[in-house]
Amino acid sequence: MGQIQLNQVTKSFGDTQVIPPLDLTIHDGEFTVFVGPSGCGKSTLLRLIAGLEDITSGHIDIDGTDATDVVPAKRGLAMVFQSYALYPHMSVRKNIAFPLRMAKMDQAEINKRVEGAASVLNLTDYLDRRPGQLSGGQRQRVAIGRAIVREPAAFLFDEPLSNLDAALRVGMRLEISEMHKRLETTMVYVTHDQVEAMTMADKIVVLHAGVIEQVGTPLELYRTPRNTFVAGFIGSPKMNLITGEEAAKHDAHTIGVRPEHIDVVESGGQWRGTVGVAEHLGSDTFFHIHNTGLAEMVTVRAIGDVSLKHGDTIHLTPRADEIHRFDAQGLRIA
Amino acid sequence: MATKASRSAARIMMAPAVVLLLGWMLVPLILTLWFSFTKYLPLRGDSIDRGLEWVGFANYGRFLSSNSFWPSVQTTLIMVGGVLLITVVLGILLAMLLDQPLWGQGVVRILIIAPFFVMPTVSALVWKNMILDPVNGIFAHLWRFFGADPVAWLQDASLSSVIMIVSWQWLPFATLILLTAIQSLDSEQLEAAEMDGAPPLKRFWFVVLPHLGRAITIVILIQTIFLLSIFAEIFVTTGGAFGTRTLTYLIFQRVIDSQNIGLGSAGGVYAIILANIVAIFLMRIVGKNLDA
Ligand SMILES: Nc1ncnc2c1ncn2[C@@H]1O[C@H](COP(=O)(O)OP(=O)(O)OP(=O)(O)O)[C@@H](O)[C@H]1O
Ligand SMILES: [Mg+2]
Repeated sequence: MGQIQLNQVTKSFGDTQVIPPLDLTIHDGEFTVFVGPSGCGKSTLLRLIAGLEDITSGHIDIDGTDATDVVPAKRGLAMVFQSYALYPHMSVRKNIAFPLRMAKMDQAEINKRVEGAASVLNLTDYLDRRPGQLSGGQRQRVAIGRAIVREPAAFLFDEPLSNLDAALRVGMRLEISEMHKRLETTMVYVTHDQVEAMTMADKIVVLHAGVIEQVGTPLELYRTPRNTFVAGFIGSPKMNLITGEEAAKHDAHTIGVRPEHIDVVESGGQWRGTVGVAEHLGSDTFFHIHNTGLAEMVTVRAIGDVSLKHGDTIHLTPRADEIHRFDAQGLRIA
Repeated sequence: MATKASRSAARIMMAPAVVLLLGWMLVPLILTLWFSFTKYLPLRGDSIDRGLEWVGFANYGRFLSSNSFWPSVQTTLIMVGGVLLITVVLGILLAMLLDQPLWGQGVVRILIIAPFFVMPTVSALVWKNMILDPVNGIFAHLWRFFGADPVAWLQDASLSSVIMIVSWQWLPFATLILLTAIQSLDSEQLEAAEMDGAPPLKRFWFVVLPHLGRAITIVILIQTIFLLSIFAEIFVTTGGAFGTRTLTYLIFQRVIDSQNIGLGSAGGVYAIILANIVAIFLMRIVGKNLDA
């Protein structure tokens, strides 16, 4: 079990309110990702759930019982910190065993669980090393190991992959996703990387200045962003947001078209501009296009390797059924 | 220092300091050793110019056979041990207190450090006359206020009193070093331990204390070096009476009383040996914290 419910939760540091009243339900077994720009309150929200910060008002229910005043250790949640927060003077084995030792579990059971976690996480050969003698990825695994041995009701991750290099990050992303599929435990995962959010989440919570902008599955957010903030935040490269005359043609204040929904045509396209930077990735090419008269810059994705160079004129046609329309407040027009 | 080049560069740059320190240490050491094997009584007309009479281990024998030798070694060890215990324990507590965000933190920190700036002689005088004096001392007033008989501290509890005075002087040093160590502790580690179900005392034991290990080692080693040669505090308060005669003080008395430099030097060599035994002992128990 691991259902977490936030009711009218607020958090202020002194006079500044970081989280205005917020409601959110995280269902049992769900992989929920909090995503948003830096400083929007993701970590704060996670720490409120963990109990490491006191909430200013409102209440938190875990599995249907009020946990607002329950100390962190008694909430049955395990947390993986961005800095890993391993105990540097203890061996890997002792690090992983620490929560079990604190729970006064008997030694045989502790050994069994530690060995189990170590074999799942490929740490068996490193059990007697200190954290200082491990690579970043291995340390990450130890931190995860320390969390899973407790068999918590839910895992909380605060940007666990941000200290790893790109290749390792992709690997760990898969491992965590797989772990979730296997354990079927609730996971709450904080990141500012929308690719991580899209690839891992069952449910994404987009935060902006402490306010939930939208909650939904990755594809819901991708297909029907509720406002221009979500539209610009989810998807890579960013959605093109166009205001003015072109938007007025669609009866909207702002229209949004994703780079992958604009076709490059030989001639006679709806829009045209000059190619700025072209990023050739082999499978796709991203063009950054200027002088379109639509926006400062329009980004377009072309499939395969399209041979247009800096300064060339490019003709574009947006797909009519993939245009998102937003009103003057930035809200989606259905 | 990883590369060969940087290692040899380091060696070359360290060389002048090492040579200077060696000379600094070796000259007095060799002189002391030499004197300790000779009859050297300046008042009886002995002098280096006229050549000193070689007496072998006679001085060593005499120093060792004196009634006061073993008690003085014991007093030294009790004093050093007592001060170390008090300063480290109170130092850790104070450092943790000062690490809390409290009102007027800056002023409090300066106040805590203040005793370190007071000269040993002065602080011993202040303690003797203002605090421990059995008639007019603050403690005496305090005792009388609660209806108890004032204690003649420097007579009846002389060694404890000296330990108290010296601890008061060294507490700021310990606190300061331990405070900087505590401040470098990653707060996420404490939070992780909290999530892992460790109550405050266990968090202290399993996270804070190991983190402080290295700083505690440094405090102990540095303080031991200085505490073995405590002098002014004893001279001012008890003059070595009432069981406060340490080895250092005994050497001083021997040289002054009998004007016997040879005997004093032999005592000095014993002091060096004692310091080394203590150092080896300390390195064994706490020194492993220094590597890794
Ligand atoms: N202890 C604190 N005291 C005062 N303000 C704080 C404190 N902790 C966080 N804040 C403020 O709360 C806001 C949210 O911080 P938070 O750490 O939750 O951001 P975040 O979304 O996790 O950002 P990042 O992606 O950079 O980690 C920030 O504006 C920050 O300045
Ligand atoms: Mg954060």
